[in-house]
Amino acid sequence: MIHTAVITRRNVLRFIRIPQLLLFSTVQPVMFLLLFNYVFGGAITTGIPAGPDEYINWLIPGILIQSAAFGATATALGLTEDLGTGVIDRFRSLPMARSAVLTGRTLADLVRNSFVFSLMLVVGYLMGWRFEQGFWKMALGFGVALLFGYSFSWVMAAIGLAVKTPEAAQSAGFLPIFPLVFASSIFVPTSSMPDWLQTFAEVQPVTIVANTVRSLMIPEEALGLLGLDQGTLILQSFAWIVAIIAVFAPLSVRQYKKAVG
Amino acid sequence: MNAVEAQNIVKHFGDTHALDGVSIQFEEGIVYGLLGPNGAGKTTLIRVLTTLLTPDSGSASVAGVDLITDPVGVRRKVGLAGQFAAVDEHQTGRENVEMVGRLYNLNREETRSRADEVLDRINLAEVADLQVKTYSGGMRRKLDLAASMVGRPEVLFLDEPTTGIDPASRLALWDLIEEMVDGGTTLLLTTQYLEEADRLADRIGVIDHGKLIAEGTSDELKATLGGDVVEIHVHNDDRALAVECLTRVAGEEPKAEGGSLSIPAPNGSRTLTAVVRELDSAAIEPRDIALRKPTLNDVFLTLTGHKAEDERQPDTARSRRRG
Repeated sequence: MIHTAVITRRNVLRFIRIPQLLLFSTVQPVMFLLLFNYVFGGAITTGIPAGPDEYINWLIPGILIQSAAFGATATALGLTEDLGTGVIDRFRSLPMARSAVLTGRTLADLVRNSFVFSLMLVVGYLMGWRFEQGFWKMALGFGVALLFGYSFSWVMAAIGLAVKTPEAAQSAGFLPIFPLVFASSIFVPTSSMPDWLQTFAEVQPVTIVANTVRSLMIPEEALGLLGLDQGTLILQSFAWIVAIIAVFAPLSVRQYKKAVG
Repeated sequence: MNAVEAQNIVKHFGDTHALDGVSIQFEEGIVYGLLGPNGAGKTTLIRVLTTLLTPDSGSASVAGVDLITDPVGVRRKVGLAGQFAAVDEHQTGRENVEMVGRLYNLNREETRSRADEVLDRINLAEVADLQVKTYSGGMRRKLDLAASMVGRPEVLFLDEPTTGIDPASRLALWDLIEEMVDGGTTLLLTTQYLEEADRLADRIGVIDHGKLIAEGTSDELKATLGGDVVEIHVHNDDRALAVECLTRVAGEEPKAEGGSLSIPAPNGSRTLTAVVRELDSAAIEPRDIALRKPTLNDVFLTLTGHKAEDERQPDTARSRRRG
């Protein structure tokens, strides 16, 4: 446990001290937030009854998931860099739990996400976002978004360790991210999509998780817009999160052993 | 107790026989120098002995702990500074060392005092709170060394500790390593430089193509080589005459290599003077003349009949890229 904490701390420090990383993980999500809300927001009808700024209430829960997915590429990138510089050799020659290299990496994403999410909620609040179902439900939504981000970091760990170089990790990481993030309910309701896309968008995990977070923040009378009721959404979200970790954590460990052996 | 005891270690990567049955052993408190060219198997052997690689066959123990049955036990007793400084650019020197200390399971206070101690010892105390990205290559190597010592390892492995750094830093690192050794640290270091092995190691093993081809103290190895040589370069027209001069001094035909001729110099500078006199009386003006130490090339020429070639990829690049 101490080993995991030590590695997590080391990776979080990298976020704070590498200006590009800090910028990428904070300014970029805020830019997305501003762009989508003010450029597209006026043209998008979501049906949430919350006054003239309704789109922000649709957008905020979704954009947390989007930044979690984009941010998870830091795991793919970080692991490939560490493989290249010999840092992982050093770790492996120490009497530490070997799993700590991977858990410390993914947990660092979790720590960063808690900060980035909080920042976005503050900016969102200034833009008119409100949580309509009380603090605790909002906090639960926040937690679901964090857990989903954590599970997604394991996907990125597996990808990074499979491709091994930072350049490849960068592009390979975004391959699954783009369809999952944009063909989802993150930015717009799925009802406006063509049938074939809608079928995919409605069952895939990003939509389920985004809608879960949304169901915990928008006014209760608007819950019908989400297709599934809150309880079902929460259950499905947890099922996805557990399933993703169950598949990708062991896969990452296997790739890790192959990459270093 | 032997610090390292390895029997018949074999490690192949596909068709590459990185280690082809290497046995070495040495006792605690000495510095063992593993000398060989790129691709000879030095790094692979270090990676096996520090549990980063599992050998295909063979057995070994480090600090009395069996490598195969108790790799975790071995990791508690060894320190490793690899061929590239494995330090984190974005942490300070102190943070780097303390991180490794914590990973050695030292508690907070131990880690702090130990970090102060090693940073002081390698003369980085003043810059300890600066981020490593401001450090020079030599400072990074020193820091890497500090990190490898923080857990008080019983056996320390240094893989080419001075490769790729400038001559001044190399001398500083040598001083540092010598100080460590005075403190009783058991050390296995690899190097491509005979001079380095000569200065630092109590015993030297020469490795080539995954096999240990010679072993002994520096003096024993030099005896095999005949020590210093006088080497001259002359114009092609003077060559035949120069060979005669050198043969007169040495009592044997000089070795020809590229454009140079060389003879053993058992009497050091007196042999040099004799050569100069002979050349002078034959009215030969050499383009270059020098008394020099035997190089790794000479060792290999003598021991194997071939030069120390760079025919293979450096072992780190190979093992790191292996998927």
